[in-house]
Amino acid sequence: MKLSQYFLALLCPIILLSSCKKNTDEVAADTRSTFSIEFENQVNGSPLVLNTTTYKNAKGEDFKINVFKYYVSNIKLSKADGTTYLLPESYFLIDASKTESTNITLKDVPTGDYTKIEYTIGVDYARNFAGAQTGALDPINGMFWTWNSGYIFVKLEGTSPQSTATGNTITFHIGGVIDPNNTIRTFTTEINAANPLRVRTDGKPNMHFKVNAAALFTGKTDVSFAALNMTMGGANSVIVANNYANGLFRLDHIHN
Amino acid sequence: MLFLSIALMYACSKNEDEVTPEEKKITFSVPVNFPAPVYNFEDNKLSNAGFALGKKLFYEARLSADKSVSCGSCHQQFAAFTQLDHKVSHGVNNCQGKRNTPPLFNLAWQKAFFWDGGVKNIETSPLNAITDACEMGTDIQTIVAFLKNTAPYPDLFKQAYGSTEINSQLILKSITQFTAVLVSGNSKYDKVMRKESAVSFTSAELAGYNLFKEKCTSCHAEPFFTDFSYRSNGLDLVSTDEGRSHITGVASDLGKFRVPTLRNIEYTSPYMHDGRFYSLDEVLEHYNSGVKASVNLDVQLKNGIPLNTTEKVQIKAFLKTLTDNEFIKNTLYSES
Ligand code: HEC
Ligand code: HEC
Repeated sequence: MKLSQYFLALLCPIILLSSCKKNTDEVAADTRSTFSIEFENQVNGSPLVLNTTTYKNAKGEDFKINVFKYYVSNIKLSKADGTTYLLPESYFLIDASKTESTNITLKDVPTGDYTKIEYTIGVDYARNFAGAQTGALDPINGMFWTWNSGYIFVKLEGTSPQSTATGNTITFHIGGVIDPNNTIRTFTTEINAANPLRVRTDGKPNMHFKVNAAALFTGKTDVSFAALNMTMGGANSVIVANNYANGLFRLDHIHN
Repeated sequence: MLFLSIALMYACSKNEDEVTPEEKKITFSVPVNFPAPVYNFEDNKLSNAGFALGKKLFYEARLSADKSVSCGSCHQQFAAFTQLDHKVSHGVNNCQGKRNTPPLFNLAWQKAFFWDGGVKNIETSPLNAITDACEMGTDIQTIVAFLKNTAPYPDLFKQAYGSTEINSQLILKSITQFTAVLVSGNSKYDKVMRKESAVSFTSAELAGYNLFKEKCTSCHAEPFFTDFSYRSNGLDLVSTDEGRSHITGVASDLGKFRVPTLRNIEYTSPYMHDGRFYSLDEVLEHYNSGVKASVNLDVQLKNGIPLNTTEKVQIKAFLKTLTDNEFIKNTLYSES
């Protein structure tokens, strides 16, 4: 294993050198193409309808959702042979109030069959402290804390009759990257090898994820809105992040 | 990296070289008695047009909700870019903020911003003021829309960035071209340290410097006169402002604030995070007799810092050598 790696390392520059001489259209190995991911926002299996529909949390308390937004970043694909591809600059903000944001397109992906996908729910450590950002990370999106640098990874706002806050509001702004209150969570899911994500030059596959907003409130710790109705970072945000780490996303199917 | 070495080269060379007859080239100069900066313009290439735009935005009161408050209203050049005579910041609709406005200079050497260190990058540090209901009381969408529709901004963005595109990133980067260039390193103290000809301390200043090194530099470390740590200097038994613990959530950080720089201290009154002291005499008397046994009081201050009348006079004489009039009066930084 070790030896062959060294051998490869030696070989690499040779390959690169020789590939320079070759005609470009002969290099079929590194063709790239596009795929998309659709995030279908739900609450316990029902479609997420903002502002009007009443849902129940695991404690049986009623609630409505007015805002539901979250970051998906650093998307990484793996093949069955263990090779991986990290999509550079992959930062996406999914906003339940903006339909176009729930279907994201990933370009320039090396063609091949992928059997695993993983991504960060939120934003990696470095970008939380970086300079002014643009695109999905633009502070204009209302997902950046201005008094304590860093991004809100998952934002859910709404109301619940059980909430003791003024106006019965529930406010869950989950973020923070410093231990012990680090809320960066990575989601990983295997893809059925019989129907892998087939990235091809002649096809644009679509992955379909179901996203359960109620996962914030159950999984490890059932949240009662009477006791917890507001968190903006800190220990309570960790409780919520631990809840949604595994329950927020579920790969439903792939259209190849 | 390349830029940094250029900047460093500039810093070592004499000032005259930077001046061209037509237009002064904006440079970021590192004084020779300063270490390497944290912010080095690597991802924000400094240009005259970028600086000019940043400065215009800094002094643009129409960015605020009631069009009355600019960055420059709270950060005034004649007060080394703090707000003179205001205990706490004074924003839109006559709203009083929670904390004393810090001065703005040598920010390129800071790793964290605000009294509690909550903000981690100079580029994002104006965001709080822009959105705080008590400061400028607006939001970025409104500012972007205003700039897109207001001459000469689209042209200025074009000159600075090659396109009339206006977004928050370009706004913040250009403001940073202004704020990060604000370097104060030409006080009498600096000239003495750099052994510049014909500059030396008076005997009172020198005595004050020696006292300062004995009693104050463990926190107010040279050359920035802060070690950038968070500490309690015993202002209150129980601090009403959580300070550092608001960010860390750690009880042992309650009531701790960033050790402030003492450069230009002659002009930055009132003092402390809540602006409670109006004069340096009050500050020195605090260290002499007023230090309270707060839970997180810094151990070095558990007996205060006894200072007699002569010592106070000498320390004050030294503190005034930290005034940098070239910086305060530099028209390059003034509203034009
Ligand atoms: C209403 C007064 C006010 C206005 C307007 C204002 N600031 Fe400030 N600024 C403050 C206060 C107060 C702080 C300290 C906040 C804290 O510590 O919680 C501060 C902190 C800062 C800091 C961090 C300084 C340090 O050493 O930590 C920077 C940089 C800054 N402001 C830049 C700006 C810019 C740029 C603008 C215009 C977009 C602006 N400010 C507008 C009051 C103001
Ligand atoms: C143990 C650390 C420590 C020591 C020693 C110390 N200071 Fe301070 N100093 C601080 C801290 C922390 C603050 C800010 C406190 C606050 O606002 O809550 C401060 C604030 C000040 C201020 C106000 C600055 C401003 O802009 O508001 C002055 C002036 C000052 N100190 C002078 C001195 C002098 C002179 C000495 C020596 C006689 C001294 N300090 C010793 C920690 C220290």
